[in-house]
Amino acid sequence: MAKLKTIYLAIIFLFLYAPIGVLIAQSFNESRYRGNWTGFTLKWYESLFENEDILNALSNTISIGFFSALIATIFALITCLALREVGKKWRAMFMSAANVPILNADIVTGISLMLLFLGLGMKLGYGSILLAHVVFNVPYVMLCIMPQLIALDKSFYEAALDLGASPFKAFTSVVLPELRPSIFAGFLLAFTMSADDFIITYFTRGAGVDTLPTAIYSQLKLGIHPEMYALSTLVFFTILIFVILFAMNRKKI
Amino acid sequence: MFRSVGIRNLFLAPFCIWAGVFIFVPLIFIAWYGVTNADGNFSLENLEMIFQTEFFRSLEVSVILALVSTIVCLILAYPLCLILVERAKSAGLIITLLFVLPLWMNTLLSTMAWQTILEKNGILNQLLRFFSLPDFTLINTSAAVVIGMIYNYLPYMVLPLYVALSKIDLSVIEAAKDLGASTWKTFYKIILPLSLPGAISGVTMVFIPALTTFAISALLGGGKLLLIGNVIEQEFTFEYDWHLGSALSIVLMIFIVVNMIITLAFDNSHEETSD
Amino acid sequence: MNGELIRLENIVKTFGNLKVLDEIDLTIHENEFVTLLGPSGCGKTTLLRIIGGFEQPDAGKIIFGGKDITAVPPNRRPINTVFQKYSLFSHMNVEENISFGPKIAGKSADYIRDKVKYALKLVNLDGYEKNDVTKLSGGQQQRIAIARAIVNEPKVLLLDEPLSALDLKLRRAMRNELVRINRETGITFVFVTHDQEEALSMSDTIVVMNQGYIQQVGTPEKIYNEPENAFVADFIGDSNIIDGVMVRDKLVRIFGREYPCVDVGFPPECPVDVQIRPEDITLAAPQKNSLNGVVTKVVFWGMSYDITVSAGGFDWLVQSIHGREVGEKVSVHLDPQNIQIMSKPQSEDEEAVQNV
Repeated sequence: MAKLKTIYLAIIFLFLYAPIGVLIAQSFNESRYRGNWTGFTLKWYESLFENEDILNALSNTISIGFFSALIATIFALITCLALREVGKKWRAMFMSAANVPILNADIVTGISLMLLFLGLGMKLGYGSILLAHVVFNVPYVMLCIMPQLIALDKSFYEAALDLGASPFKAFTSVVLPELRPSIFAGFLLAFTMSADDFIITYFTRGAGVDTLPTAIYSQLKLGIHPEMYALSTLVFFTILIFVILFAMNRKKI
Repeated sequence: MFRSVGIRNLFLAPFCIWAGVFIFVPLIFIAWYGVTNADGNFSLENLEMIFQTEFFRSLEVSVILALVSTIVCLILAYPLCLILVERAKSAGLIITLLFVLPLWMNTLLSTMAWQTILEKNGILNQLLRFFSLPDFTLINTSAAVVIGMIYNYLPYMVLPLYVALSKIDLSVIEAAKDLGASTWKTFYKIILPLSLPGAISGVTMVFIPALTTFAISALLGGGKLLLIGNVIEQEFTFEYDWHLGSALSIVLMIFIVVNMIITLAFDNSHEETSD
Repeated sequence: MNGELIRLENIVKTFGNLKVLDEIDLTIHENEFVTLLGPSGCGKTTLLRIIGGFEQPDAGKIIFGGKDITAVPPNRRPINTVFQKYSLFSHMNVEENISFGPKIAGKSADYIRDKVKYALKLVNLDGYEKNDVTKLSGGQQQRIAIARAIVNEPKVLLLDEPLSALDLKLRRAMRNELVRINRETGITFVFVTHDQEEALSMSDTIVVMNQGYIQQVGTPEKIYNEPENAFVADFIGDSNIIDGVMVRDKLVRIFGREYPCVDVGFPPECPVDVQIRPEDITLAAPQKNSLNGVVTKVVFWGMSYDITVSAGGFDWLVQSIHGREVGEKVSVHLDPQNIQIMSKPQSEDEEAVQNV
């Protein structure tokens, strides 16, 4: 039985990692056509740093990810603090409203935001992508923070007041540090969601502004630039290293 | 944590404005476009278009493929999560990380990699040929699209289910066995009902994106397989018929709302008592 | 008795439709160990939170050292609290927790270091400065919570059921600790508990509360020996409470028999509640002209027996170091000194107050 379980796990992991293996292999493939192995090379890694389109898309992805996660985290924190104090029924109602962008189909969210931005006379571009990403990131961060905030005993805050702290000081020195794990998790989740989002970005971006997913999509018809495989491989291993470091130090966070 | 209701409401106000402008007004835009024609007059002709054969066929295929993907994900995820929970103590962290890691790979690229695996001279067929087995070409079929959906959305089934299963007190399972229940009986009398909320949210989280995707079908369906998502995307990016695109989006949202109502009904019956 | 420190005047508090505190008047003195005692929901914690400043009363005043502090927020009151779940800041070590208050007060680093040291010594945890608070035992966390409060040199320390999370043995030890700290520091303690044993063993003054009213204020001996009403008698220790009628001063009638007692001042033929502690009843062999009955139940408690005697149509609870057999015939004897006469509730409202 135990053996059967291990085999099952192995098959699932094979299923999950097979495409990743293929991508990594392609990043070292001499040929620029996929599925056609002509020899080992590192040239795509070199040309990656000369490919301005990809580097631009990368920097857009990172900055949109970072700022949308940051704004969403601050916004979600403020909202969660207020929602902690409203009744249970109202809280559930607000949370459902906030969750609409998660529960709704990405394509509908993307199209509806595009219609809104155009309806307001906004020019589609970096700003509209950032705004759209904040929209779908807020509920993710709220989902991370709310449970811990609810579970946080009010007496922590009261203890700080009792010891002479002003309400603001009590919040920054006690409540915020106690919430740090969930705030951190929310930020990270938001960044990940933003960096991997394709559909909403696709509809809310303007001409000439690309994130990595939309750049990849536009290359599909003509064939992906192999530099993209090189970049993905680098990203994958960077995250692998971070994850390993995180796993080794996870008590500290 | 606020000294007065006024301050609390001050904190709540930005969200209310935000939700109004960026969540509800956009939906009103879609509804408006969906029920007007190109001249801006009220009209249901776009909504009626869904009953045209080609659109209806797309919707039908989308629902069938999304359902199949969801069911396969559910069937794959249950044993997987049970094994993961069981091994959580010994090797839990490593297994969980191994499982989460692929999520950070760009999904478009890894879906594309399935092309390389499944195509005519792809890795799968080369392996089969190596073992002198007949070719098995899946690319550009609905099966390939389903594989792509499962690959993309399996984690969304596994995560809520894993959380639900790991919350089940082990002594409950031991109690069931102690009372004479077989492994199978323990599963469907104890584990299944207790993990149902997790499974329900997993089903939602797989079904909705699978129903509405257009990237996976574009990558693995070879452009021949038009899902409802592809149709909507085309209306917005090639045909520039926003009214028709919006009307089709409204149809999609009906599915989503029905799904949400079902989920909410389950949520309420499993309301947590703590708080 | 020392000088007055806190005076609560006419405190009223309602949550929704529920009146939690109804016109509470209470005076707390300097250096006093005051216990607010009552069943859950009696309003004792709310009263404590009002003193601490965490709740605002709907009406009434809190006078502290002659000044009205009703509107002063908790961070500006010279009062500190030990919370029920300790509420230690888990992201800070022991030293950081204890120095939180003095740092906010802007004290010098030297002063803080000395103070932390002193506070840790006071709670018998010297040398624990750098420990992680989440890794301490419940009893140790409790001591750190006390140290963290005391280091601010408050005039008053509020303790909200601080011992309820500890096991029995630790709870007993902490009782002595708290009394010692109260004596050593001279800080007034206001202690909330539902445990009558804790209240009796630690307090200078006990305030018995029920359903938002103060039932009785007094020393532990007074509360135990001379409860003013049936609720207090019943809540503190075990009691036999019997309907009686006052015949005249120093004579009460129960079950048709007249017993001498020591209470005076009731009108003739006035209905009263008569309280007799189980340990004050003596049992003897059946005799003529005495209240005879039969033993119906015996429970052995280690130090003593709980014996139930059915006599005169009433089940008497008797505590004795001598066991009896079930079915044994006995006579029940009462000493006039041990018969406590309490007035019955005057009105329905008061009745509601007294009967939980």
